[in-house]
Amino acid sequence: MWAEFSLTHAWLIPLLPALAFVLISFFLLSSPWLASRLAIAAMGSSFILALGAAAAVLTQGITVEAPFVMKTVWFSMPGLSVDMGVLVDPIAATLLFVVTLITLLVLIYSTGYMAGDPGYCRFFAFISLFAASMLGLVIATNFLQMFVFWELVGLCSYLLIGFYFFKVSAREAGKKAFMTTRIGDFGLLLGILLLQITFRTLDFAELAVKVPAYVAENGAASLTFIAILIFIGPVAKSGQFPLHVWLPDAMEGPTPVSALIHAATMVVAGVYLIARSFAIFSVLPGALTVIAWLGVFTALFAAFIALTQREIKRILAFSTISQLGFMMLALGVGSLTSSMFHLMTHAFFKALLFLGAGSVLHALHDQADIFQMGGLRKSMPATCLMMGTAVLAIAGIPPFAGFFSKDEILVAAAHVSTPIYLLASLAAFMTAFYMARLFILTFLGKPNPHNHPHESGLAMLVPMGVLAVLSVVGGIIPFAMGFGEWVRFGPAHHAGIDWAVAGASTVISLLGFALAWYIYGGGHTRSNDLTIKTGALYTWSFNKCYVDEIYQWFNRTFVGGLARLSFWIDIHALGAVVDNAWRGTGAAGSEMRRLQTGQMQQYAAVMLSATVVLVILLAALTGSLVKGGQI
Amino acid sequence: MIGLSHYLLVSAALFGLGLFGLLTKRNLIAVLMSIELMLNSVNINLVAFSRYTAADASAGQVFSLFIIAVAAAEVAVGLALAYAIYRGRGTVSVDEIDWLKW
Repeated sequence: MWAEFSLTHAWLIPLLPALAFVLISFFLLSSPWLASRLAIAAMGSSFILALGAAAAVLTQGITVEAPFVMKTVWFSMPGLSVDMGVLVDPIAATLLFVVTLITLLVLIYSTGYMAGDPGYCRFFAFISLFAASMLGLVIATNFLQMFVFWELVGLCSYLLIGFYFFKVSAREAGKKAFMTTRIGDFGLLLGILLLQITFRTLDFAELAVKVPAYVAENGAASLTFIAILIFIGPVAKSGQFPLHVWLPDAMEGPTPVSALIHAATMVVAGVYLIARSFAIFSVLPGALTVIAWLGVFTALFAAFIALTQREIKRILAFSTISQLGFMMLALGVGSLTSSMFHLMTHAFFKALLFLGAGSVLHALHDQADIFQMGGLRKSMPATCLMMGTAVLAIAGIPPFAGFFSKDEILVAAAHVSTPIYLLASLAAFMTAFYMARLFILTFLGKPNPHNHPHESGLAMLVPMGVLAVLSVVGGIIPFAMGFGEWVRFGPAHHAGIDWAVAGASTVISLLGFALAWYIYGGGHTRSNDLTIKTGALYTWSFNKCYVDEIYQWFNRTFVGGLARLSFWIDIHALGAVVDNAWRGTGAAGSEMRRLQTGQMQQYAAVMLSATVVLVILLAALTGSLVKGGQI
Repeated sequence: MIGLSHYLLVSAALFGLGLFGLLTKRNLIAVLMSIELMLNSVNINLVAFSRYTAADASAGQVFSLFIIAVAAAEVAVGLALAYAIYRGRGTVSVDEIDWLKW
């Protein structure tokens, strides 16, 4: 009954937060209590509906092949007909569940974290709109509908990252995120247009039928190009190299926003887009190879940078990029199941990590450098315990959530390509190392006497507790219930654990922990030594491989150069033409006006001469002065 | 026998005189008088053509009456202007009446 209702009314899931956004921004901007409660109520209802939809998917036998679709014509013209509707299948249901849950928890957390902030109501309005856009994206039935919500998500991220708009760095970060994702959107839009031109449809279900037939007939070359164009969108949105630069800067937003953007919503939109259109990508091995290698490179690259960062949220940001690389790589090796599984578990533990970081920052009054922290386990035992859980989960220690999803990714990678598997394992090792480094420097060791930390309030600890529980059981329960039977593409994957891969990855993670403990466990001396010894490598990593600097150089040299060239052309070429045009007109005018003497007898003479000339001309034209010689 | 061409010759001679006066006279009053001469030469033309080419219709003759009326009005306005200029500037020489220029 409830499940059935939720499924057929799935459009309410994005609509309720959207409604909350409208109500808050029009009526409740000055009543914080009501605004936050309204946002939470709307999100809670959406969460219940999402749960119902998921239950309906499980009980009514809705599969990836036979999704629940409800749609109506949005607009139609000759050659282009676009629907708007609701598509619920196990993949979408998973995302609905994750997004509504994380958003709900973040909203509850924010009532504590944002308390007293002048933008309190605005914050809840934006978060509601953000969730609405993301949920609309999840249930989209075609590319265009998805694109609309995709852009809305981008807009909301801009608003939220630049939430503290009175800070220059926040404004700049918001702009950077918006611009960077615009680059991806451009590719995505081109890809969508080409799909429409090629197949005359943008509907996911219709494309899933038409694309394999097209490939069988015409080969994969042109479609691979289209797929790569589409992939540029997710590269920007999901922070893949080289368009990841906005993601670390997005930390300028309030911490709950970081948790939301980096865990549940915006960044996984790209992964979800690929998963949703996997029918296209799965028949294009070239595109899949690109995705897999870019994914594994991003995973390694971001993990390498995360090794040396000092700001707690920045480490987590690069960790997110790295984990998104894992998800992309999973898609690239053709395992939609493991990608979605990792998306879900990552949402749990990464949201927990960010909320935990927020709790720490709250306690230390925005002291973000982990080398200035230390010993927080005594003053913040609950936060310490939950952060520890999340660290174990992200490192992939059994039986925590990350273990199962990461293991599946590694198994899938090992089946396809050994180099990818080895590189992914290396990235996993680095993940364990930098997370342990973060945890040791923050919570263990001697307390810094300059800090006066205090444990956070219940509004913040309860959502973290829920996420901590999910970080523990969020892997094993779906695994035991046969997650891969439902969320999959093509035939279901094996459900067992490859013990060789699992054992190896666990050992690797433990080694990462051990190394981190060896270096950072006993004060800062060993780490300082290491910094000096690894000189260039350390600098390279600490400065984020200079990607930002490369962009700035590119900007200065090429964009600025083009601007300077245009300026020169404007001044010296176009300007010369325009200036001479007006000068010439003026000069001609000042000469010509001398003809007007004011002497009326001259005018009369001119009139006479003109008449004479006219008469002679007419005579010449008609042959004689008097026609036919007759007067 | 006096025919149409005789009238036209007289008219042309009158027009030529008027034109010569318009272009050469320095006195504003004389210029106005020259214009009157030209108008009257046109009147002769109109009446002559009317008489010799369409004797039944009197349109040409009526036209000349109109021109006489308009000429009278024109002289009235012209002389008033000349008088006003003379009062203001102390001259009726067209060489000096040249301030309508750049």
